[in-house]
Amino acid sequence: MEHSIKRWAWLLVLPTFAAFCIAFLIPFFSGLYLSFCNFRTVNDAVFVGLSNYRRIFTADSEFLHALWFTVRFAVLAVLSVNLFGFALALLLTRGIRGTNVFRTFFFMPNLIGGIVLGYIWQMIINGVLYRYQYAITSDPKFGFWGLIILMNWQMIGYVMIIYIAGIQSVPGDLVEAARVDGANAPQVLRHVILPSVMPSVTICLFLTITNSFKMFDQNLALTAGAPANKTRMLALDIYQTFYGRIGYEGVGQAKAVLFFVIVALISLTQLYLTRRKEVEN
Amino acid sequence: MKKRFTAVLLTAALVLTTMLSLSACGKKGKATVYFLNFKPETASVYESIAKDYEKETGVSVKVVTAAANTYEQTLKSEIAKADAPTIFQINGPIGYASWKNYCADLKNSKLYEYLSDKTLAVTDGEGVYGIPYVVEGYGIIYNDGIMRRYFDLKDRQTTVNGVGEIKNFATLKTVVEDMSKHKRELKIEGVFASTSLAGGEDWRWQTHLLNVPLYYEFRDNTDYNDPTLAGLNSKEIAFLYNERYHDIFDLYLNNSITAKTLLGAKSTEDSMAEFALGKVAMVQNGNWAWSQIRDVSGNVVKKEDIKFLPIYTGVAGEESQGLCIGTENYLAINKNASAEQQEESLAFLDWLFSSKTGKKYVTEKLDYITPFSTFSEDELPNDPLAREVVHYMNDDQLTAVPWVFTAFPGEGFKTAVGAALLEYAQGNRPFGDVVTTVKNRWKSERG
Repeated sequence: MEHSIKRWAWLLVLPTFAAFCIAFLIPFFSGLYLSFCNFRTVNDAVFVGLSNYRRIFTADSEFLHALWFTVRFAVLAVLSVNLFGFALALLLTRGIRGTNVFRTFFFMPNLIGGIVLGYIWQMIINGVLYRYQYAITSDPKFGFWGLIILMNWQMIGYVMIIYIAGIQSVPGDLVEAARVDGANAPQVLRHVILPSVMPSVTICLFLTITNSFKMFDQNLALTAGAPANKTRMLALDIYQTFYGRIGYEGVGQAKAVLFFVIVALISLTQLYLTRRKEVEN
Repeated sequence: MKKRFTAVLLTAALVLTTMLSLSACGKKGKATVYFLNFKPETASVYESIAKDYEKETGVSVKVVTAAANTYEQTLKSEIAKADAPTIFQINGPIGYASWKNYCADLKNSKLYEYLSDKTLAVTDGEGVYGIPYVVEGYGIIYNDGIMRRYFDLKDRQTTVNGVGEIKNFATLKTVVEDMSKHKRELKIEGVFASTSLAGGEDWRWQTHLLNVPLYYEFRDNTDYNDPTLAGLNSKEIAFLYNERYHDIFDLYLNNSITAKTLLGAKSTEDSMAEFALGKVAMVQNGNWAWSQIRDVSGNVVKKEDIKFLPIYTGVAGEESQGLCIGTENYLAINKNASAEQQEESLAFLDWLFSSKTGKKYVTEKLDYITPFSTFSEDELPNDPLAREVVHYMNDDQLTAVPWVFTAFPGEGFKTAVGAALLEYAQGNRPFGDVVTTVKNRWKSERG
């Protein structure tokens, strides 16, 4: 029996493998190839070597600006989302009345699409700023903080659920033993709960870092980069380079490859660092 | 039992994927016309045109309409497919430069033969690659009801007695500023509708308004007798009439319904709604805006009160300036489609612009003023703005301003200018920055 399954394994894997090739491997490698080409549509590419990569930095400073804006955004968003998410998770694992209702409500924003959320927050923020004769595009800092609020609103519920799962899996007798040994609440948190939820921290950090870097629809809906592309993040910059400027398709593609490398490097480093801190139960 | 169930499930999945991939392959062949439509407001009309055409000729026409402001994106991905558009649009010489490898030569087509002014087509050497199908005009749309109310005021400060006397920027300015002072009596909230500067909504200023000062600059270029050609061949511009641009833009901003700092949140649709609801007297836009005005619920503007005024900026001799008239809608045929498909596509366009049924659609439903000789004098759209455009075009005393913006270096240029205008309007930057942006971006995007 086992023998025959082994013989037919390739057939059973085939559909998934085909899907993986069609939807991932082929686009990935053709994308990589296109970044070295001058092209208008994906069918008429002409190889030009590294010139696209050079043009990212020589044509203008938009990419570096978007990168710096994204990094600032990511640092703040990752910290705030995880802190608030963890704090909420702690609160909602104490058996307060209505815990499930609260969890549901905090999770709900995550179910709304980014574009919709972006427009809703644009209306809210503009509604507030209007009273002072401002709009969200008046100053890049409004857009920046708007994005931070938006990201928190959307992601806190999600990481909260992951942290709750982590906290709930901390063995009760471990906490009890710590208490008996005289540890106070902050000490229990620091030395018992935190090390045990490190796997959750790994996941949450990974999710929030990659999501912050890849943020697109929220950015598009909230400010679309206004004023003067000062609130444009990497993904939007790539999109607008690719579609918005004639003759810059290859540059947009090269930016996308660079973007992939940056995000991969950052998230792999993060995975490596936090994995080391995880403890075996 | 469980094992068998899993096996069944996997087999089912396998069969399903095979079927899907097979059916995807089976759907080709059959020469059809695929029209990639540029104007979202005409989407439903083209659907019924396609239906009627199929009924008459048996040839099926597939119509896909790109969402507003996404034509380039849609075209870029659609044309790379096996089932690519056979008819698409380019926005003039700049668009042609970008889609060169896809445009078939239309020199021998009937459509080109119909074109009453052959110089309007996009040409390259001997070949003809884009044929305009609609002529449009823009200027300052005004509500004559409100204007009459103003000229009836006892305490107005101007000596002007009617809109007909507004022939230059100075007069326009005194009238507008005096109207602002009488907002309450006129029952308006501002003279001009919002200068919409939200992302993607700034084309009325970075393209259309900028057209006027740059037209005068290119007109002064004696090397070329066609201003658009002069624009296309300008590697750099001096932006000589930037002060005129500044003046008219300030007039819009200072007499607007909306505070300057809030303009970054306003869309063209907002402006047109303000006009339709009678909250403002004027708005800069083109004849395509008629459907927008008409469709605003609760609109109070009377159809016969909607009129056009040229965009006066204060250039010497502008008394004889007319509306800005031109086109940025050129039909092109996909060179890479099969010969049969190309032929069918041309036949469809021929039908649309010369048969009785087709022409009826064009004038009554699409509201196009066409540049084709197949349309007689009285086959004109019935909307007030299109009629105004025709009226201005036929006035021999006036010189229309051509759409030299078809020579602007591309979207990158326009977006940058729009962003600079927003920064200026919000008071973050001086106007000098707009001037430098226009000059620098022209140079860098052209290069």
